[in-house]
Amino acid sequence: MAVIKVKRPELGAGEKFYLGAIFKGFLVTMKHAIDSLRGKTRGAKDLASSGLGATMQYPEQKWDESMPEYYRGAPALVTDEQDRERCVSCQLCEFICPPKAIKITPGEIPSDDPWAKVEKRPKEFEIDMIRCIYCGMCEEVCPEQAIYLRKDYAITGLDREQMVHDKKRLYEIGGKRVGLVNKWNELK
Amino acid sequence: MDLLTDLAIILAKVIGLTFMVVLPLVPICVYFERRFSAIIQDRVGPNRVGIPLTLFGAKKDFHLFGLVQPMADGLKLFLKEDFTPSYVRKSFYWLAPALTVIPSLVTVCVVPFGSPITIGGEAHKLVIADLDVGPLFVFAVSSLTVYGITLAGWSSNSKYPFVGGVRSTAQMISYEIALGLSIIPLLLYYGDLNLSSIVEHQAAHGWLLLPFWGHTADYPLAEKLIFLVPAVIAFIIFTTSIFAETNRMPFDLPECETELVGGYHTEYSSMKFAMFFMGEYAAMVIGSALIVTLFLGGWSMGFGLDQALLKDDAGNWVWFSGLVHMGVFMTKLVAFILFFILVRWTVPRFRYDQLMRLGWVVFFEAALINVFLAAFVIAAPQLGWLSTIAGLVLLAVVTGALVWVLKTSDPKSPPNRGLLGQN
Repeated sequence: MAVIKVKRPELGAGEKFYLGAIFKGFLVTMKHAIDSLRGKTRGAKDLASSGLGATMQYPEQKWDESMPEYYRGAPALVTDEQDRERCVSCQLCEFICPPKAIKITPGEIPSDDPWAKVEKRPKEFEIDMIRCIYCGMCEEVCPEQAIYLRKDYAITGLDREQMVHDKKRLYEIGGKRVGLVNKWNELK
Repeated sequence: MDLLTDLAIILAKVIGLTFMVVLPLVPICVYFERRFSAIIQDRVGPNRVGIPLTLFGAKKDFHLFGLVQPMADGLKLFLKEDFTPSYVRKSFYWLAPALTVIPSLVTVCVVPFGSPITIGGEAHKLVIADLDVGPLFVFAVSSLTVYGITLAGWSSNSKYPFVGGVRSTAQMISYEIALGLSIIPLLLYYGDLNLSSIVEHQAAHGWLLLPFWGHTADYPLAEKLIFLVPAVIAFIIFTTSIFAETNRMPFDLPECETELVGGYHTEYSSMKFAMFFMGEYAAMVIGSALIVTLFLGGWSMGFGLDQALLKDDAGNWVWFSGLVHMGVFMTKLVAFILFFILVRWTVPRFRYDQLMRLGWVVFFEAALINVFLAAFVIAAPQLGWLSTIAGLVLLAVVTGALVWVLKTSDPKSPPNRGLLGQN
């Protein structure tokens, strides 16, 4: 391997004096300041800036449109096209969940139910959003494709109870997903 | 009764100027620091905290560009737990924050904030103490802040604060020399140490760095222009030394985050930390007030406007001139603080040996030579051409010799070849 000797650049008298460089630095910083005040910061348009610097200001402006396909937000349960709960309460997600945020109480489906052959569905399904780390393992492990990470990211509450999503809330966020697994219905 | 009114006037000045002008400037400084650094870095900065009218049932909050943010910060610091580690030396640990704030606030008393205000036919100077040793008083008192920092570093009984305190001591002592020497040319020029008279002089005959008006037979334009050379050198040295004295960015080695966590106030929390913070910013305010007073005309509006607008026919200040001048002074002060902030976000931090070298090798010598240069410039009309030129040649020779000695005595370190040097 050839050795390339790199020499430090020789400084001229003006550069050694240092003040010129400082003055140049002032010009650079002032240019940035003036540009950001005028809303002409580099990349301000692509980043949909608020007009001050390159920053988008959150509650007024949201980046929802530019959210990527693979964004991992709140986990939620989904129903199939016939409004059947996809979850069969196998509890795999409960076991895989690294922070132990999921709690499932399994329940039998009564024999007079049109979906009696599915046998089980969750009686209770709770996800503690304080614990959830949005890793997406529940989505990955689910054999019924019943749990999905949606794009909701602003999950707030005034106390700990409000931060626990129960079954109703989870179906509200999840909604309906068509296609996918059809082993329980006649659509296959 | 007379004594009482005098006391009342003094008290009014102390409360008015220190607690209603300088102390509020500290949070304003913090606000400007945060906003200005934000726009330099293409960010937004704190722009939300204002008057929360919605709490009182109104439809909209009044955000005031976030101007209330420093108040919220201060409130937060008040309400935080004041934690004292068990291993500190308690008495000094408690004393240190006070020792950094108080000297900075005491130095306020010699800064002239404006021309005299006339109330009831009596002129009151807008200075708390009209001392005839203004700058010397400021240097003497402001160097006491180093005790606070050193004590904080030592009494915290922890390594990082200790290193911060030691660094600060060495730095402040080194730069005090350059600071003191750099203003000697000014004192030679003004022939006065009273800051109020220095500003009066600049109001009448042009600022030191902008002497383009008020020429008289005693102060012709040519002389003032020639004196600009030592004045600019003094300005650069003085300003840079003030940066070092106030531990501001290019020289903030006592508290550089990457090396020393928080520096000397690592172990402090709550209001004690806030006092260090306040002391630092108060020192910055006083530093820029001093620079504005000495070099940039203090409270005077300049360009001959003072004479034209604010003096009556008899040549006295009109009664409201003090207020106008105070506004002018504040504007200049804030502008200079913005310059402080601009420097902070422009110039990267010096290494410690570079800092010491700059203080002892460059500024000390430059300030010393500058004193003689200024003396020559001032004495030139009396000396005659021959002696002036001979003196200047002598000065040039001495300067050259000094530079040569410094260059040759500097040990040449071997070039850093990195790993290749070992082969």
